[in-house]
Amino acid sequence: MSQKSEKLIDKKGLRLDGRKPNELRPIKIEVGVLSNADGSAYIEQGKNKILAAIYGPKEVHPKHLALPDRMILRCRYHMAPFSVQERKSPAPSRREIELSKVIREALEPAIFLEYYPRTAIDVFVEVLQADGGTRCASITAASLALADAGIPMKDLVAACAAGKVDDTIVLDLMDTEDKIGAADVPVALMPNLDAITLLQMDGTLSLEEFEQAVNLALEGCRKIYAMQKEALKARYVNVKEVEE
Amino acid sequence: MPTYFERRQIVTPGDLIAEGDYIAGENTYKEDNKIYASRIGLVEYENKKVNVVALRAFYIPRVGDTVIGTVVEVGFNGWMVDISAPYQAILRASNVLSRPFRPQKDDLSKVLDVGDLIVAKIVSYDRTRNPQLSVGEPGLGKVTRGQITKITPTKIPRVIGRKGSMISMIKQETGCHILLGLNGVILITGKNLEDEQLAMMAIRKIEEESHTSGLTDRISQMIKEEKAKKEENKDESKK
Repeated sequence: MSQKSEKLIDKKGLRLDGRKPNELRPIKIEVGVLSNADGSAYIEQGKNKILAAIYGPKEVHPKHLALPDRMILRCRYHMAPFSVQERKSPAPSRREIELSKVIREALEPAIFLEYYPRTAIDVFVEVLQADGGTRCASITAASLALADAGIPMKDLVAACAAGKVDDTIVLDLMDTEDKIGAADVPVALMPNLDAITLLQMDGTLSLEEFEQAVNLALEGCRKIYAMQKEALKARYVNVKEVEE
Repeated sequence: MPTYFERRQIVTPGDLIAEGDYIAGENTYKEDNKIYASRIGLVEYENKKVNVVALRAFYIPRVGDTVIGTVVEVGFNGWMVDISAPYQAILRASNVLSRPFRPQKDDLSKVLDVGDLIVAKIVSYDRTRNPQLSVGEPGLGKVTRGQITKITPTKIPRVIGRKGSMISMIKQETGCHILLGLNGVILITGKNLEDEQLAMMAIRKIEEESHTSGLTDRISQMIKEEKAKKEENKDESKK
């Protein structure tokens, strides 16, 4: 493994795609891309292409799932069969079911669930093309789609991963770095409230390295948050222009 | 006590709008003496109260609101009505029949069937129960003719205009009767199809440009222009 991983960062300290260790991949975000959904967002983060759609709040079916004191959030993370190099079976895999839960739990703290009891919000995340860090990009897109649907929220949620590659702490890992690298730490943040809603770690890191990675990931989240806000406002830019 | 946004500036959920002795109004919330936005919208200050006029929201029932809904289910003693809110509304048979309801004899689907549109008033609603409707007032009941259009419910006040200036202007110019459901559904009934379409066009334009000023004048101008065009077309076809 050590032989392979040495190639991940070159002599100049640049990564496989020419990024610096603390650099994000190029990100493009668009809000309100689907007319049939109540809210939607599309994100491109490097080679990742992800679509998020929101339906609701609406009555819960089947009815026994409804909660008398708050709404429920249902989330489906799904990878398209063509999203990866080798065809992925369209049936939800163990990993997808887990990520659905992880994304749901990262979004839940940001929503005023108690406002509309006995209702449900459905979140659909469709990965069209995957290249590492899809859970973070999915959270970023889904939180924008929620805001687009007009659901009352405490804050937007921005997510970003950091990890260790060739003994260096790097930001926003792509697929090869994730697979060969030593560790991956995805973090989701509510930037205005300064609250973390998701923190995972895959691999091994020393305590100092972990702290360094989390701080780097938080920095990345804040950068992504700025882009999220811009994208959300861009949907209403024509509204503003006519006004002035 | 600083405020961080000017009036009518756009905010996104989580934006810190004001700090200190303010009251959280619509679409905002207070935490640690700070006021944050909870929806995307435009900031409005009202003395000590901070409001956000939402650009995107859905309809939440309120007692006394007039709404337009679609019957989605005929039950044993009433109907379930979709009022484009998170909750389905209930309309009881006794309320519609205005006499005691006899389950053995009365066939509810003959009175109102699935797909029928109704204008109704919300008579009760709270967190624990679905809204209940009533049609027991003049002007309420089954819709028999006209056209329906839907807009974002937050934009209904803009369609009404200041002291009803916008809506009365459209009514006058097009000669249509326009009924605004507070759930964002609008019923337009006119003498002919053309008039209805003209009113529909005006409402669509209001929705698109709802946050601009001087809108009433522009809408009125648009209607006049469209009317003139139609007159021209008529004249030409006669020749």
